[in-house]
Amino acid sequence: MDFRPSDDQEALQQGVRSFCEGRVTTDHLREIESQPKAFDRELWNELAEMGIFSLQVPEEQGGVGLKAADAVLVFEELGRACVPGPVLWSHLAAGHVDGADLGETVVGGLDLTAPTIEPFMIEHLESLDRLILLKPDSVEVVEAGAVEGTSIEVPLDPLTPIHYAKSLPTGEAIGGVELATQMRLMGTTLASGLMLGIAEATLEMANEYAKKREQFDRPIGSFQSIKHMLADSFVRQEAARAAAYAAGATLDFPEVGDVERAVSSAKVVAGDAAMKNSRTCIQVHGGMGYTWEVPAHYFFKRTWVLENVFGGVHEHSDRIADRVAAEA
Amino acid sequence: MDLRYSKSDEEFRAELRAWLEVEVPKHGTEPEQNDWESRLEYDTSWQRKLFEAGFAGINWPVEYGGRDASLSEQLIYYEEYARSKAPYVGVNFVGLLHGGPTLMAEGTEAQKEKHIPRIIRGEEIWCQGFSEPTAGSDLASLRTRAERDGDEYVINGHKIWTSFAQVSDYCELLARTDPDTKKHAGISWLILPMDVPGIEIRPLPTLKGELDFSEVFFEDVRIPVDSLVGKENDGWRVTNVTLRFERGTAFASEMYKLQEILARLKKTLQATTRWEATAWDDAALRREVGHLQAELDSLWAMLKLAISETSKTGMPGLGASAMKLYYTDLAQRVTQLCVGAIGRAALSRSPLEGLPDADFLGADLQPLSLSIAGGSSQIQRNIIAERILGHPKER
Repeated sequence: MDFRPSDDQEALQQGVRSFCEGRVTTDHLREIESQPKAFDRELWNELAEMGIFSLQVPEEQGGVGLKAADAVLVFEELGRACVPGPVLWSHLAAGHVDGADLGETVVGGLDLTAPTIEPFMIEHLESLDRLILLKPDSVEVVEAGAVEGTSIEVPLDPLTPIHYAKSLPTGEAIGGVELATQMRLMGTTLASGLMLGIAEATLEMANEYAKKREQFDRPIGSFQSIKHMLADSFVRQEAARAAAYAAGATLDFPEVGDVERAVSSAKVVAGDAAMKNSRTCIQVHGGMGYTWEVPAHYFFKRTWVLENVFGGVHEHSDRIADRVAAEA
Repeated sequence: MDLRYSKSDEEFRAELRAWLEVEVPKHGTEPEQNDWESRLEYDTSWQRKLFEAGFAGINWPVEYGGRDASLSEQLIYYEEYARSKAPYVGVNFVGLLHGGPTLMAEGTEAQKEKHIPRIIRGEEIWCQGFSEPTAGSDLASLRTRAERDGDEYVINGHKIWTSFAQVSDYCELLARTDPDTKKHAGISWLILPMDVPGIEIRPLPTLKGELDFSEVFFEDVRIPVDSLVGKENDGWRVTNVTLRFERGTAFASEMYKLQEILARLKKTLQATTRWEATAWDDAALRREVGHLQAELDSLWAMLKLAISETSKTGMPGLGASAMKLYYTDLAQRVTQLCVGAIGRAALSRSPLEGLPDADFLGADLQPLSLSIAGGSSQIQRNIIAERILGHPKER
């Protein structure tokens, strides 16, 4: 047992971080926001070239051949940078939908494995070529153009445009219950990875601000009331890290534990961390935190997008309780 | 990021589990909380059994009688130990988790030879003389004096929160050896035998009603200068060596025990009839159990990460300092939920036929100490904010 990321894994994560820091800056997020579809095709191609989508596609099929634990580290970085676009679904689609791995086909998705409130809320529909319909015992793919969606004028997350549809076309089945389960577990785990990244980014942002911002002739970070808020964010970040990494490691080697429970734990703990840390970030920024100027709101809004995919904190708490109940 | 145990790890688990399955039931039930003679016998004879079976000092070097187990074996040890409901470390706590490790790191050869073999066998009980009535979170402001007089130190002062003082053979004592310098620079770490003249012990009942705590008064207590551990006036550094152990894996089995408590809550709720249903049918309660289970699982994953980092770098990772805070918070939330869930049965701490057992009922009391002892949660937050997040001290 060695739970620490390996040297290779650290290098992989560092590579994605360096790319994001240079390419997905706050200014760039604002630029994407101002475009009609809030989608940057060039950035998409660069993510594809880096192997973000083909990361878990086997090498003999032209992919990078890495595993879930590696992907968690990559998605941690994508979350930290608030990278927009249907990255999660396109990653899941790679190897199952032609062209997804190379970024040629932009794939979105809709999780229908849990009770869903109609109408269906579809992310990034106008940028998509294909849409995955993830059902409890099957995976279907439809042409994005075949979906009769109505654009939501003001989406919650300015970087996640939303369409709603009252019905969905019947898709072409690309897998049964096995693929559906695997996609649900992987999707939940990687959403947890994104939320871990949000928890980190919002702590970092709040922490830097608390060092610079002075009131009463001293940095506000010298006050215990601020210190303790930030320390609590740190504890949540580290708990989320352990939970998300454990989910990835358990997906890769199911013999080490209960996969469903590990994945649900990650969504609960990383979900709490992203939600509370992004709120703390806004609070520490004071009045500026409530403005559009400070990017904290992007992370807070993205948290709600991720909380509502693959089940939220409540749903996964219930699932864990059900699994615990079944134990002797 | 590999959580797989090796074949030899699994063999170790099987060996340990088999031993615990036989020995734990044989050791009997824990004595009454204030029956000191029985408690001493119960705790020390268990430690002796662990030693003879080769399971004492799991992370101690072999030369000191320990097992020097690999990190994955240590984790297995903490899991199996908690799962088997084996006796708590009890009166051996300070010797095994503080005093012994500090002597190993900082003691002279003579000090190590004299104390360590006896500590690991459960033959020597230690207590801690750190806190004082006016030196709690601000420990370095302690006032107990140790004045040099020839080959001796003369001790005068007053310590508090000293667990197991009544049954201890030695005390790890922090005393001021230089009153004329900065507060951190004039402290020494001393080995104090508890049977020398001039020591008065006054038990201080905890809110559990047990007499584990005492106040300890020293009046012209004389000990030889070779009682010093480390250099004179270097006691603050030595203390930090000690505290690092306390904030490391000292609570590992206790962390895992929370899993057992939550599992017991589930069973209790499933067996408790409420009107036409069981208490487990309460969706809000069930959701809370699920949520806490998620957090307990992540706490255990944090420990795995911290232990893995220690093995690679020799130092616990950043997550380790967050672990005590997280554990403390979870322990209090788990036990509050347990007691809240059993309704008016919570009004009794005595065993009641057909109702949850007394140990379970009293469970919400003990964790109240966790956010105070070993550096309060507020001090832990300051440490994280200052040493990890880089903020200035509040002045």
